[in-house]
Amino acid sequence: MIYEKDSNKNDNLRTHSLSILVDNEAGALARVVGMFSARGYNIDSLTVAQVESDENLSRITITTSSTDRVIDQIKAQLERLVPVHKVLDLGNEGTFVSRELIFAKVKCKGEKRVEALRTADIFRAKVVDSTNKSFIFELTGSSDKLDAFITLMKDLGLVEVARTGSVAITRGSSKII
Amino acid sequence: MNFSGANIVIKSLRDLGVEYVFGYPGGAILPIYDEIFKQNKIRHILVRHEQGAVHMAEGYARSTGNVGVVLVTSGPGATNAVTGLTDALMDSVPILCLTGQVPTHLIGTDAFQEADTLGITRSCTKHNFLVKSADKLQKTIFKGFQIARNGRPGPVVIDLPKDVQNDQTTYIPNMNKRFRSSYSKKNINNSSVNKDHIDIACQLIIKSKKPIVYIGGGLINSGANAIKELKNFSILSNFPITSTLMGLGAFPASNNLFLGMLGMHGTYEANMAMHDCDLMINIGARFDDRITGRLDKFSPKSKKIHIDIDPSSINKNVLVDIGLIGDAGKILNNINKKLKTLNFSSLNQLRSNWWKTIKKWRRKDCLNFTNSKEIIKPQHALKVLNNKIKDKDFFITTEVGQHQMWAAQFIGFDKPNRWMTSGGLGTMGYGFPASIGVQIANPESLVICVAGEASFLMNMQELSTLKQYNLPVKVFIMNNRYLGMVRQWQEFFHGKRYSESYSDSLPDFVKLAESFGIKGMRVDHPEKLNEALDEMINHKGPVLADICVDKAENVFPMIPSGAAHNEMKLSDKDKVPTSTKKGKMLV
Repeated sequence: MIYEKDSNKNDNLRTHSLSILVDNEAGALARVVGMFSARGYNIDSLTVAQVESDENLSRITITTSSTDRVIDQIKAQLERLVPVHKVLDLGNEGTFVSRELIFAKVKCKGEKRVEALRTADIFRAKVVDSTNKSFIFELTGSSDKLDAFITLMKDLGLVEVARTGSVAITRGSSKII
Repeated sequence: MNFSGANIVIKSLRDLGVEYVFGYPGGAILPIYDEIFKQNKIRHILVRHEQGAVHMAEGYARSTGNVGVVLVTSGPGATNAVTGLTDALMDSVPILCLTGQVPTHLIGTDAFQEADTLGITRSCTKHNFLVKSADKLQKTIFKGFQIARNGRPGPVVIDLPKDVQNDQTTYIPNMNKRFRSSYSKKNINNSSVNKDHIDIACQLIIKSKKPIVYIGGGLINSGANAIKELKNFSILSNFPITSTLMGLGAFPASNNLFLGMLGMHGTYEANMAMHDCDLMINIGARFDDRITGRLDKFSPKSKKIHIDIDPSSINKNVLVDIGLIGDAGKILNNINKKLKTLNFSSLNQLRSNWWKTIKKWRRKDCLNFTNSKEIIKPQHALKVLNNKIKDKDFFITTEVGQHQMWAAQFIGFDKPNRWMTSGGLGTMGYGFPASIGVQIANPESLVICVAGEASFLMNMQELSTLKQYNLPVKVFIMNNRYLGMVRQWQEFFHGKRYSESYSDSLPDFVKLAESFGIKGMRVDHPEKLNEALDEMINHKGPVLADICVDKAENVFPMIPSGAAHNEMKLSDKDKVPTSTKKGKMLV
């Protein structure tokens, strides 16, 4: 490995999406998360589910804000874990798509009820539950879009949010493993 | 044909070539102890505390290059092993630790002697397993062994519930011949040497005017081939070589190219060379903070090549120019081959000025100390010891503290695997049990544990083990009645307020030894040292020697934490350059 000091690497914090393919076994997630906490790295969001039932693999998507140098170290530390098969920093693999899903519970009456529905319509959020004093909206999108939706709903009586965290995948035909 | 899980454990260990197991029985591991009773191929060494078992296995592993095997029970058995496991993780020692566990149906019920061994040991092992069915037992043991030994070695825990030990299942003979796991593939992927990178490294090597080779324990883990290739490289290049605490012995201390240990208590010449070099070749070391001192002033003018089998070591603490990932022996072999084609040795005069500078630094004679006729100086004691053992087949283990640093400075190691010390974790209580493991692996050799009185007290229960197996270990206690290194830091950095660093109420070590049926000795005057050491070395059985040394002696040279390599304190007369806030914050 050759390193060009001071070239493209810089010390600015950037958000990275890491895709981590691990054996679907007890404790694998604890090892990954434990590595982050033991070495003082932060996790902004985390999702995990089994993706390849034949090979018994789970995919973990972690978003983290770090400098490039720290990301290299995180990758190396993750690859060292025995159940980890592959770690990809999606930003380094060309472009990728990233989405998350939220449920937003909004408690409102009268004018605000109409306004909440109108806003939901603009964001193409779905109503998945409705009572005469509340809605639950389901919305999928980029993290920025969800943040914007939540901000608007705060004024309209937002009481609770459940949020999945990002899942991400590279564009094009290439395969992670 | 079916066998019990416990029987399969013993069969598997035998297939893997295990000769010794260090352990302590208990309820949840009884089926395996029953199997140990029924056979005589694997010898069990009964320890007196599970921490001792792991350190013994470490001593065994580091002196032989084999995996050390530990057998303990559930709950307190496993938690007592944790310090040893962490020590093995920090120093990359291959250990397989089998822990008993309550039966699977009781896991999670807070059963008697239940502990979450998997959770507790997750962060102090390279990997760990809980075996939930007997069918998976054999494969797990083979995989655990493979993980402990391959790549960067480390400790592996396998947690064995009692019902799994009792269940019947089939045993596959000769599994080791065709054993492959997902880990095999992973290891191969991690160590591919790129020829272009070797070429670029060789160009840097050839052009360098002020090179230094900085070697570490990874070279010893890599094995005999790496040691040979380093020797070849040194003959080809004539480069100066310095070593970390863990790497001592990988290159002969008696060779003129060797500058001694580097780092916080390293030699003046080694640290100055690290600071002023234009090319640093790090082989199997990890830029630990004891080595680098102040990071932003670490070797500011050099290009750096880093050879390591663990990709996460590259650029972790210090940014390097070229990272070569893989086995040190193989990479050095590639470098040597390339260098031979480049007519390299004819360029030796490029570096003649560098050697002149190094000779000038050497003349400082930084390990010099003022000897005394009244009181035994610890450095003097070790010098005398070194003279007496240097022509013998010897192994040294140490505890942690001042005596450890003096031993590293004053005992010369010409061969690898002869020096066992707790480097990364700095575990007081490591050295004495480790020396037992070393002696078991090398029954005919002279094994000496250089100890401090305080460290020795931390695992002295193993005197009973020493006696039981009548192992001729010589415990060389340099007794200064202080936690010496703590006292030294309090003197330098905390206004001589010696808070709780006095070793009060010490036992009479001679009587202590005798109470275990071991020879005890006390030496309290420099005149008696010579004769006493002969007596100690020539005694056929174990010896506990209490060497009463100067209470106030400090270890020099010293790079105070927060200082750079060229800011060394060479004696008590030097003003300590840092008592800065930043320095004090560091350890």
